[in-house]
Amino acid sequence: MFEVVAQGEGPLFMDPDADKAREFFRTKNRAMVSKVMTVSEAVGKFVHDGDYLAIGGFGANRIPTAVCHEIVRQRKKNLIFAGHTSTHDFQILAAGEVFNRCDIAYIIGLEARGLSPNARRYMESGKVECCEWTNYAMACRLKAAAMGVSFLPARNLMGTDTFKRSAAKIVKCPFTGEQYVLYPALWPDVSAIHVHEADIYGNARIKGISIADLELARASKRLIITTERLIPNEEIRSDPTATVIPYYLVDAVCEVPFGSYPGNMPYEYFSDEDHLRQWLTVEKDPEEFRKFLDKYIYKTRDFNQYLELCGGLERINQLRAVEHLIDLGGRG
Amino acid sequence: MGMADYNTMEMMICAAARNLEDGKAVAVGTGAPCAAAMLAQKAHAPNLVIIFEAGGVAPLLPTMPISVGDSRTFYKAVMASGMCEVMETIQRGMVDYCFLGGAQIDMYGNLNSTVIGDWDKPKVRFPGSGGANDFGSLAWRIMVITPQDARRFVERVDFITTPGYLDGPGARERAGLPAGTGPYKVITDMAVMGYDPETKRMRVESIHKGYTFEDVQAKTGFELLKAPEVVETPEPTEEELRLLREEVDPNRYIIGR
Repeated sequence: MFEVVAQGEGPLFMDPDADKAREFFRTKNRAMVSKVMTVSEAVGKFVHDGDYLAIGGFGANRIPTAVCHEIVRQRKKNLIFAGHTSTHDFQILAAGEVFNRCDIAYIIGLEARGLSPNARRYMESGKVECCEWTNYAMACRLKAAAMGVSFLPARNLMGTDTFKRSAAKIVKCPFTGEQYVLYPALWPDVSAIHVHEADIYGNARIKGISIADLELARASKRLIITTERLIPNEEIRSDPTATVIPYYLVDAVCEVPFGSYPGNMPYEYFSDEDHLRQWLTVEKDPEEFRKFLDKYIYKTRDFNQYLELCGGLERINQLRAVEHLIDLGGRG
Repeated sequence: MGMADYNTMEMMICAAARNLEDGKAVAVGTGAPCAAAMLAQKAHAPNLVIIFEAGGVAPLLPTMPISVGDSRTFYKAVMASGMCEVMETIQRGMVDYCFLGGAQIDMYGNLNSTVIGDWDKPKVRFPGSGGANDFGSLAWRIMVITPQDARRFVERVDFITTPGYLDGPGARERAGLPAGTGPYKVITDMAVMGYDPETKRMRVESIHKGYTFEDVQAKTGFELLKAPEVVETPEPTEEELRLLREEVDPNRYIIGR
């Protein structure tokens, strides 16, 4: 047995038991069948009130925006959210007040763009039970789950209030006697990841940085993939090196072109900084923000309609030029 | 040299850049730290490895990134990896410097980016650690670029998000953090500070032209120590300013602030 030197006081929202997770994954369907459906169907079928939810990507980069909108539109509630590298995704979900418990690594902020006034109000309201972590701590928790073990050791967090408000433990290494922080495995009930290409079964390709999504895909009990493009299975099989998520992890495949908008999709389109600024500005006034949410989320049918409201293909083409460093010479 | 006109942000970026040695690795975020790393690479440290926590390794940054995970952070990079790869490279001991910020910093370099007030009932809630605690625990040397302000430089931070020297000499090692790591420099609009090797308390090492030690102390909420020799911070050179204005940040996203 390890000697436990110290223990965080924070709540552990999910059971890190590896055998229970194995029992779940034992029954997960391996059939290679089409999982293509709409985002509305996927969220209706796989996101349940009270679930632990995690979102892939990093902040406003390669995020499944359509799934975040749909969770809000379907008025899901009492979720537990993995506030891991979350910025615009957090902003959307906080706007819908869909979660009441949160593992916090990074929330509220949109990096250099500033803090979300509404998300701050929500987190300062006392409506959300919190546990503190760090970006690497959460990645370790997902990695442990992906490995099928109940914890992983690391050398960060120790000596801080972040540790005190976490649910981690500090132990002595049985080999060297050095202290290590142990992170409990995290198996989210449901996750959504946006990718560049996937086939109808869920075999998926990501270009560029993967952040913690390879771990997240393997840790999640249910996984919704939104993809810029559907590609034929033959194309997947012609270059298996490119597959980073195999189909048997995936429960739903939704084709959502420009699906990371207003976020950045590497090699496709850059973030829409004007629209993100609009969110931050309108949030200052709760009444205006309510109207804004009605217009852009509650009263839109789906993500395509939202894209139309934001300028449609014309806007996307401008953002494609920005991504590819193409100077449109004022014609954009 | 030294006669050029420059603003406070340019001064801070140049002072930060000079602390980055050639052949080392630095983990950066967006904004001034990224500008400092880019400037160092162009001015005196061509073999400086720049890495971003979301997975970008050694990019040829075409413009200033907006996010530490946007496309720019792995533009023409040697590798587009993931968070575990980057954090574990730092944990393995291969990253020499990191840059951090925060709402509060104390005399031991502890940083708060979580809450102002009680954690249970915060007056202000901030984003939390993000990757800050990871960088600050695992990189060899922590650097901070921040305005000199008594509300930021406080006797005690409300919440230790990221470890500095905690409560003094040996505290990091006692807590279990990797040996020999910790705060290194704090670069402000008035001075460059380091840490006293004995007490691990913040000390003034150089003061920017036009300011005195008393000016710096007046904008600090705790007693500052003095290095054995406190000098005037060298001003940005013409060449540094040219690189910064023409190549690093031609759109003045950072230096125009």
